[in-house]
Amino acid sequence: MEKKIEIIEHIDPSVIYKDLSHPASGGICVFIGAVRDTTQNQKVNSLFFEAYEAMALKEMEKIAAAASKQWNLHRLIMQHAVGDKKVEEPVVLVGASSAHRDDCFEACRFLIDTLKEKVPIWKKEFFDGTDEVWVTPHP
Amino acid sequence: MKILLFGIAKDIVGNQSLDEAFQAKNVAELKQELIQKYPEFTKLSSLAVAVDEEYANDDTPISAQNEIAIIPPVSGG
Repeated sequence: MEKKIEIIEHIDPSVIYKDLSHPASGGICVFIGAVRDTTQNQKVNSLFFEAYEAMALKEMEKIAAAASKQWNLHRLIMQHAVGDKKVEEPVVLVGASSAHRDDCFEACRFLIDTLKEKVPIWKKEFFDGTDEVWVTPHP
Repeated sequence: MKILLFGIAKDIVGNQSLDEAFQAKNVAELKQELIQKYPEFTKLSSLAVAVDEEYANDDTPISAQNEIAIIPPVSGG
């Protein structure tokens, strides 16, 4: 399996088909997370993402390895953006290609869910006015 | 002992890293010392520690040779 794992400034979703297409793959599945303009009824202006980059890449590698063990994938991608991100900008992209759709659908769900749970990346929300807050998910 | 801080941990300590004397010999002791010095850490829903870029258990030994990082609840994606 070929893989691309990156922490980058800007995610470019327009190249995703080229990144994931493979002669043996009949299915490609992609999830893109973007900046939403509202959180709990508060208007969000932007988000800021910070990563413990060396460890984040290691954790992403582990997730990719687990996915490639569980499903039959040809290509896999995991990208997370860092820095200031405005509404509608992509901040995370995961995807996989496989012979049939079940493998890439299931792998894609696993990739994003596990990334959100394990990878050391933090997001700060900037609201209308001066409010800013680090997002700390509830247990 | 140098300790890397991220996200809300930076705000709690007021710095990007901690460079002060810790007596702790393992992760559990480090967490205790940290909470004594900065009680706000108890307000977080979880507090993990990474040793050499890997999530560590409470009984993982630590020394000044290790790269240690405080990992508050992650919120990527």
